[in-house]
Amino acid sequence: MAQTFEPNLIGFLCNWCSYAAADLAGSNKLEVPANLATIRVMCSSRVDPIFILNAYLRGIDGVIIAGCHPGDCHYQTGNYYARRRFALLSKILKTFNLDPHRFRLSWISASEGQRFSQVTKEFAESIQKAGPNPLRKKPFID
Amino acid sequence: MKALKIAKSPDDAIKELLSSLFENQKIKGVFSLFYDQDYFYGLVTDKELFNKLTPTAPVMPANGGKMLSRLTMIEPPAVPIAVVLKPCELRAFYELSKLEQANLENLIFISFVCAGVLSLKEIKNNIEEKVANANQKQGLRECCQLCENFVPENADLILPLIDGDNKTTIFIKTERGEELLQGIENNLVEEDFDSAKLSSIKEERSRYREKTWQNLKTENLGIPGLIDIFGRCINCHACGRACPICYCNLCYFDSADNDSGPRVYEAELERRGALRAPSGTIFYHIGRMIHVSLSCVGCGMCSDVCPVSIPVGTIFTRVAEETQRLFNYVPGRNLEEKIPISTFEIKEFEELGEA
Ligand code: SF4
Ligand code: SF4
Ligand code: SF4
Ligand code: FES
Repeated sequence: MAQTFEPNLIGFLCNWCSYAAADLAGSNKLEVPANLATIRVMCSSRVDPIFILNAYLRGIDGVIIAGCHPGDCHYQTGNYYARRRFALLSKILKTFNLDPHRFRLSWISASEGQRFSQVTKEFAESIQKAGPNPLRKKPFID
Repeated sequence: MKALKIAKSPDDAIKELLSSLFENQKIKGVFSLFYDQDYFYGLVTDKELFNKLTPTAPVMPANGGKMLSRLTMIEPPAVPIAVVLKPCELRAFYELSKLEQANLENLIFISFVCAGVLSLKEIKNNIEEKVANANQKQGLRECCQLCENFVPENADLILPLIDGDNKTTIFIKTERGEELLQGIENNLVEEDFDSAKLSSIKEERSRYREKTWQNLKTENLGIPGLIDIFGRCINCHACGRACPICYCNLCYFDSADNDSGPRVYEAELERRGALRAPSGTIFYHIGRMIHVSLSCVGCGMCSDVCPVSIPVGTIFTRVAEETQRLFNYVPGRNLEEKIPISTFEIKEFEELGEA
């Protein structure tokens, strides 16, 4: 049963790298998870932790934020800020036992179509193992 | 450390010192807690009103750091003003200055070792009597009982408040403090803080904190546990209004982004077949933790103003302990330290992003 569950995933992808990597994966016909909804952002630092919290409370199974490797951010340092915000959010989620494993940060450059496919596939599998977000069908949460 | 001894109660000693500073033109006004029919923060430049000063009363009608930031946000005062704040209020003021919402110029800071404040609900009746008898823990804010940062660090003058009846020592912590007293108070002594006494208070607070965390067990809460705590929230946002660190002119959670119009609730009904009203309370509280926990000073204003008695400040103090430890950050400790999310290190959290 659990094996047949297709997780609903959101990917916030940096325009300058991971979004291009997703494109490359697509044109090379590499496999990516079926239910990965991608949202293009201009930098990983555009992703406010509030977006992730919102998606979680509405029942998303997993969120991945992908940006340029350290040192390669188009705006020099955006991804370092993104990393701190992610660390902060993860810490809060951990403190209250709010499924921190459903959220991932990954550096994927424009040329790494292969890595994009691999990272998203692995992430989807780990979420498959964890099972669906119990909040999805739970009434009267928020 | 140099210190000044005054054979009076702490409040009277502060009044005496401020009066002589005022007469000698060293200060032109005082920002402090006052009592006149009720407790409130005020700024006074008329010396006749100094008798309304009640700087060390165990009451926090509003976070004084926030109140002072509202006065100094656009410009600092043009003349020197002495400010008396509790340690957590002073730390909040420092955080607000990092956020460019407060100005330290022309302010002389006086603070004291804080034994905690009464919850506002407690002082509603018999206000004077309650304040006079504010002995250990009876009616104190829970946040005060949890507070380990009750010794002020960044004030020019500090009062330990453990001298006993009608004896007050005022320690001079900074050069600015020394300059201030020059030519006014010549009978300074050399003395140390009674740190033994202070560390036993700290141990007691730490034990209480440990016990509270053990009862709270946040690591088991999950969303159901958070609903247990915040479920009766009426979404009034008073906790944020009273919080010194909630600094936005327009709170994101009051903005149009969060109007749950038909588009939002129809999607919600489609997904879950149900809706909670008011909606977005858990979202607000976790969101506020993201926004303020790194700078939370544990003042307890949020709990105290909550109309439905949710222990907001206890939960925030708990999560703040975790997030602040993550960045080895103590809000208000040092003006040079940036608020962690406004800066970064190149080499840190290197495991993040590699997976
Ligand atoms: S969250 Fe509560 S305890 Fe923390 S600074 Fe704000 S009002 Fe004070
Ligand atoms: S909750 Fe967040 S957005 Fe609202 S006032 Fe506080 S810090 Fe600002
Ligand atoms: S003050 Fe209390 S009821 Fe109002 S928003 Fe905060 S927690 Fe909810
Ligand atoms: S531009 Fe790609 S992470 Fe900043």
